[in-house]
Amino acid sequence: MHELSIALGIVKIAEDETAKAKAKKVTKIELEIGVLTGIEIDSLNFIWESAIKDTVLEFAEKEIMVIKGKGKCVDCDTEFEMENLFDPCPNCNSYFKGILQGKELRVKALEVI
Amino acid sequence: MCGTCGCGAENNGPIISIPGEEHHAHADHHHHGEHSHSHDEHHHDGHSHSHEHDHHHKVLEIEQDILQNNQLLAARNRGYFEAKNIFALNLVSSPGSGKTTLLERTLADLKDQLNFYVIEGDQQTLNDANRIAALDVPVVQINTGKGCHLESDMVYDAVKKLNMEDNSILMIENVGNLVCPSMFDLGENKRVVIISTTEGEDKPIKYPDMFHTSDICIINKIDLLPYVNIKVENIKKYALQVNPKLLFFEVSATTGEGMKAWYNWLKTLKAQR
Repeated sequence: MHELSIALGIVKIAEDETAKAKAKKVTKIELEIGVLTGIEIDSLNFIWESAIKDTVLEFAEKEIMVIKGKGKCVDCDTEFEMENLFDPCPNCNSYFKGILQGKELRVKALEVI
Repeated sequence: MCGTCGCGAENNGPIISIPGEEHHAHADHHHHGEHSHSHDEHHHDGHSHSHEHDHHHKVLEIEQDILQNNQLLAARNRGYFEAKNIFALNLVSSPGSGKTTLLERTLADLKDQLNFYVIEGDQQTLNDANRIAALDVPVVQINTGKGCHLESDMVYDAVKKLNMEDNSILMIENVGNLVCPSMFDLGENKRVVIISTTEGEDKPIKYPDMFHTSDICIINKIDLLPYVNIKVENIKKYALQVNPKLLFFEVSATTGEGMKAWYNWLKTLKAQR
């Protein structure tokens, strides 16, 4: 259940940034989560309520932007969509690839008052 | 709430201790008191929130990595290791793969040639640290409570207790768990995933993140191969699909078979530094 650590990381960022902006609370938080990060969004949602209780995020709307996985084959340079880390290149079947996107795990923006 | 364990209690953060010492140091974690689980409306955020867009309303574009704090402390650990020429390994696996036995055997066989330190991560007990301490190798135990993985700040605190000499090898045995530790860089030089022949050939693709982030894959318990319906080649095939750069060692930590290649790798790496 490492999603709990992730949620508390998000809370910490929100607390720090809200304090820096001299705001009182967060009304909306935008997250970017790539499909190859190893984060289960259902699990994150599951523990979200308990993680944000009594924090600046308690009444914030949460928006998660899921970022698709994308890889580039090392052998033939084909760019392709990835759902799993073990997906082969659809062109040459090689497993050697660089991950172009899908590893994102970011707090993109906060709306504060 | 405790970030390590998810419970509301104040005394459930990671505990770092040395075998034989009574006092525990509580690592600095954030506790937020009691919480209740309400599991309704998770997907669409059923909060009632006011939408009064007054003049103080502003958007902060922060674009900040959620794991940044862990990564910063991992970088600090890495800098410390580099300055002291310490080679740090993060040993990860599911529970029962034989991590501790492999470590015991390695330490027993090599401790006269190489200088070892050990950090043991478990949810509970000092059992593993006691096994290592019995070999006269300096060890610190981190008990994560209900936490499922080590984080870089725990390692940072544990390292401070070890007072390591330069030119050593630090073995960090992570909590037995093939999922959560994969996301948390501890500042190690190499990550070693251990899989045993009793676990199922397709484990690397069932738990791809761990195999993707590892450098070395040790296949343990090869002495049991006659009794299990498993082919080492298939484990490797699946593991290479996730991570074509993996380097394999096939060993039995119980009989000692195959351990020499692993020892040679450790010694060579150490010599290169």
